[in-house]
Amino acid sequence: MNINLTLIAQLVSFAVFVWFTMKFVWPPLVKAMDERKAKIADGLAAAERGQHEQQLAEERAKQYLHEAKQQAAEIKAKAEKQAAMLIEEAKDKAFDEGNRQLAAAQAEIEQEVNRAREELRAKVAELALAGAEKILRKEIDADAHKDIVEAVANQI
Amino acid sequence: MAGTEITSAEYIKHHLTNLTFGNHPVHGWSFAHTAEDAKEMGFWAIHVDTMFWSIGLAVLFSFYFYKAARKASAGVPSGLQNFVEMIVDFVNESVRDSFSGKNNLAAPLALTIFCWVFLMNLMDLVPVDLIPRITGALGVHYMKVVPSTDPNVTFAMAFGVFLLIIFYSIKIKGVGGFVGELTGMPFQTDNMLLKPFTTVINLVLEGVNLIAKPISLSLRLFGNMYAGEMIFILISLMYSADWAMGIFGGTLQLVWAIFHILVITLQAFIFMTLTIVYLDMAHAEYH
Repeated sequence: MNINLTLIAQLVSFAVFVWFTMKFVWPPLVKAMDERKAKIADGLAAAERGQHEQQLAEERAKQYLHEAKQQAAEIKAKAEKQAAMLIEEAKDKAFDEGNRQLAAAQAEIEQEVNRAREELRAKVAELALAGAEKILRKEIDADAHKDIVEAVANQI
Repeated sequence: MAGTEITSAEYIKHHLTNLTFGNHPVHGWSFAHTAEDAKEMGFWAIHVDTMFWSIGLAVLFSFYFYKAARKASAGVPSGLQNFVEMIVDFVNESVRDSFSGKNNLAAPLALTIFCWVFLMNLMDLVPVDLIPRITGALGVHYMKVVPSTDPNVTFAMAFGVFLLIIFYSIKIKGVGGFVGELTGMPFQTDNMLLKPFTTVINLVLEGVNLIAKPISLSLRLFGNMYAGEMIFILISLMYSADWAMGIFGGTLQLVWAIFHILVITLQAFIFMTLTIVYLDMAHAEYH
């Protein structure tokens, strides 16, 4: 409990140890810690940057995908439209062709019918005339019954 | 206990006496054999046990911290470095919180104070009879193992801090600024007749303020550790009674030791923080 020389000795040793800490202990430790802190901060920043970049890339990929999808849809729509148009055109053509052929056939038929009819008429007239000739040769004079024969021939 | 026939008072007194080496008026330079001897040696005596334990602990601290500092790198820290860095970081944080000036001494000073005071206080947790018994068997009869229960230690530290306060006060503010701070506040006057009057009052007030810093710093630590040590000694007295008291004492010692862990750390922390605060005040232009 006495205050004595110990006080001074302690004061000196205190000063020595503080000096030692200040000179050899504190600076390297704090330097290392600061360096590590900087390193960690850099690492974290890099990680964040990477994450950000990845996010950007993802977004870009999404955009590309979206665009591609849109383009594909456009192409598909165009193709469908074209196909529909082609079909429509073909249909029209076929319809026209059919009509044309039908008309031609009908015309031909009509022609044929007309011809047949003419032929038939001529033949019947001939036949009737021949028949009538035969009958008339037997019974009547051609001049006397001429108007009747003519009327029959016209009716056919 | 040291002997079979000694009384409780002697036991306590024995525990509170340092191993003193000094110039005795009768025996010359020698170890003091009794507390009275030590007292008669006056100022020119040294507490060998205090010096041994405090310097030993400081060397221990310096050794491990130096070892860590030498190998310190920015890579992944290993066990010792991790531990040391944790303490350094804690001290650094405390200094940054309460020290606004720029000073390369403040943080290492705080670290040294914190670790040294902590280690010295930690010796309090060593059972009070253990080391004195061992040294007693080796022929050294007085052995106080807790350096911070020696007022020499706490006063030396506080005095060191006090010198730094004065040094930085003068360095930052100049002699005039420092004297002005001591005499110009808290009472200020422009009246030349009143000036000497206020100067004297201010000097007394600020002087007390200044002197109170190291005294409170050292007495707080000393008082806390001395009281703690005393309680350990009183508890250990119970072991000499019957077995029931012994068990009771053992429980008490455990409880007190656990509580004392808090006191030890707290006192080291307070000493460090107040040192920083005082130095910060020394750096501040006007407070």
